[in-house]
Formats: sequence, structure tokens, C-alpha cells
Amino acid sequence: MKASKETITRFVTTLFTFLLYAQAVQAHVHKGEAVSFLSGLKHPISGLDHVVAMIAVGLWGAQLGAPAIWVLPVAFPMVMAMGGMLGLLGVPLPGMEIGIAASAILLGAAVMMELRPPLALAAGLVGFFAIFHGYAHGSELPAGENGLLYSIGFVMATGCLHGVGISIGLVHRWSWGQRALRIAGAAIALAGMFFMWKVFA
Amino acid sequence: MTCALRHRRSVTLAIALLCLLLPVRAEAHLPTIGLGPVYDGIFHLLLSPEDLIPAIALALLAGQRGAGSSRRVLWILPIAWLAGGFTGMFVGTPRGSAVTCFSFLLLGGLIAANAKLSVPLTIALAAMLGFFHGYLNGSGINGFNDGAYFLLGLALAVFVVVALISSFVIPLRRHWALIVVRVAGSWIAASGLLMLGWALR
Repeated sequence: MKASKETITRFVTTLFTFLLYAQAVQAHVHKGEAVSFLSGLKHPISGLDHVVAMIAVGLWGAQLGAPAIWVLPVAFPMVMAMGGMLGLLGVPLPGMEIGIAASAILLGAAVMMELRPPLALAAGLVGFFAIFHGYAHGSELPAGENGLLYSIGFVMATGCLHGVGISIGLVHRWSWGQRALRIAGAAIALAGMFFMWKVFA
Repeated sequence: MTCALRHRRSVTLAIALLCLLLPVRAEAHLPTIGLGPVYDGIFHLLLSPEDLIPAIALALLAGQRGAGSSRRVLWILPIAWLAGGFTGMFVGTPRGSAVTCFSFLLLGGLIAANAKLSVPLTIALAAMLGFFHGYLNGSGINGFNDGAYFLLGLALAVFVVVALISSFVIPLRRHWALIVVRVAGSWIAASGLLMLGWALR
């Protein structure tokens, strides 16, 4: 059946009339918040350089025992956030990748040798490296995502990686566990050397 | 088609178009969920980390300080939130939202340090925090018809959050469990630092 000219005109008019219907303005509706949180959560986990360094912090804390076992995971996120803030503000931090690789080498070596420096020195070393890791997270925020949820995500992921390290480090109470932790430390230091080689390659 | 019929159709179409051009209220900043303003208030808190996390942080802090502080914060915080909300709704303009990062920093830092706050100081902190966040919420809903119900829902949600979290923290006695609370505080403070970075960016 061939549609008459009048029918087509009526159809088009009706269609345009519907298109003119005024919708409620939903300005500033939050979108993509879950994506932002997940991006932040994935960022420290997606890079092996971050993962090994965070686990090394937990392992070393477990080897050192109280109070380091909780001072290091409490201090690290706050110092890391300072590094993140520097990254957000665009403050230049030369040698970021070198600092991240060095963190894996030195923290891995500390676990391998079961070093027992004074608490302030251990916290200072961990805090120093936290700045580089935080800077990397802060400066690599994907465009258009919610900053707060991204930040919460990567702080939580970092804390959970410390928790994984501490949980593994609980085997330190057994002699075989102490040997296993030293081997794990050596593996982390080797991984750090590989990351350092990649920086300069 | 007669001339009179065409004229009548044109007039009907013009009236229909005029009706469709009537303005609809902009629903900026208020993600309504369709269950009424009380539920909007409840869900606003649950879906807004910038309000929810300070409420959780204050509940953690009060829980650390014991049942006496928690009982007072349980009532003071929602009442102050409600008072701030009404003040903001009638006189306020939505300014100073960037300052919420200081709530994160202050409360997170106090929890991480396990600060021995006195009961009056905890109450004062709850009153200030509740009023400030309530004011921001209230000024954001300036002109919203059911704003009072929205704020009531918000205050009820704050009450429930504080009751649940503080009642969970108060009975904690094991050392590691208390450390977990402090670690949560360090995460909140770290998020606050990063929020500051976003605000300054």
C-alpha cells in the first residue's frame, strides 16, 4: 500500500513534535563513578613494579614485628598520598621510574637479608619510596574520571597489597618460613633489577 | 480538506507545540530515585563518598574513644547535620565543597594516630562536622520543594551509619583489630590529601 503525501507529512510532524518534548535537565548527574573507583583499584595491581614493592613492605613489616608491622602500612598510604598530590599538581619529579625500581631492589634486599634497622629509619626508607609510587598513581589518572573515587581505589588497593604481604609474612614464625621469606625477598630484588634494566634499556 | 479544517489543525498543532515548550524544573545536583524525598536523602548519603566517608570516620573515631563518646556522637552528628542543612537550605549558597578534604584529613589523621580526644572535644568535632556537611547539602538543595524531608532522610542515614560503625568498633579488644581501624584512618587521611591535590589542581 502506497502511503499518501498527507500521511507522510502527518507522520513526520508527529515525530518532530515528539523530538521537541522538553526533557528535565539533569545537569551534573554523576556518571562513571564505579569505573573511576575500579580504575584506581586496578592501577597499583596492574603494574608488577608496584605489586612487588607493596608486598615487600608487608613482608618486611612482618619480619620486623611490632610496632613496624603496623607502623609501615599506616605511614605508607599517607606519604604515598603526598606523592600522589605532587603528581596531581604536575610538580616535576625526575627519576620516578628509577625510584620505583629502586624501591623493589632495596626493600627486596632488606627482606632477603632480614635487616633490622631502627624503626624511624625503616619508616623513613619506606616513606621515601612511597612518594615515587604515589606520584606515579597521581600523574596517571585517566581523563574524565572522578578523582576522589580513583584516589580511594588506589589507596585501598595499596593497603590490600600490604595486607597480602603481611599475611604471607606471618610464616616467619617457622624456620622454613623464614627461609621462604628470604627467598621471596631475593626474588623481589631480582624483579627490581629487571625493572631498573627496563628503565635504562 | 476545507480551509476551516486546515485552520483548526494549525491552531491545534500550535497549541500542542506551545505546551511542549513549557519549561520543566532542572534537576541539577539531585539524583532522585523515585521513592520520594526521604529515600532521596538516605541514598544521597550512601552514594556520596564526600559525605559518607566523614560520617564513617567520625563513627570510627567515636568508637575508638568508647561508648560514652559514641552515644553522644550518635545524636549530636545527625542533629547538627539537620541544623546545618536547614541553615544552608534557607540562607546558603553551595560554596566551600573543596573544604571537605579537610574533614578527611583531620578525622583520618586523628584515627590513625589513635588520638585520645576528650568527650567534649569529640562532641564539638561532631557538631562542627555535621553542621558543615549539612550546610553544604542544604545549600545544594536550595529551592527543592521537599527539602525538609530530604534532610530528614539524610540525618536518619547518618544516625544509622554512626550507630552501625561505632557499635562495631567499641567492642574491639584484639590488638590487630584496633590496628585495622587505625589503618582505615590512614586510608581516609590519604584520600583527603589527594582530594586536596584535586582541589588545588
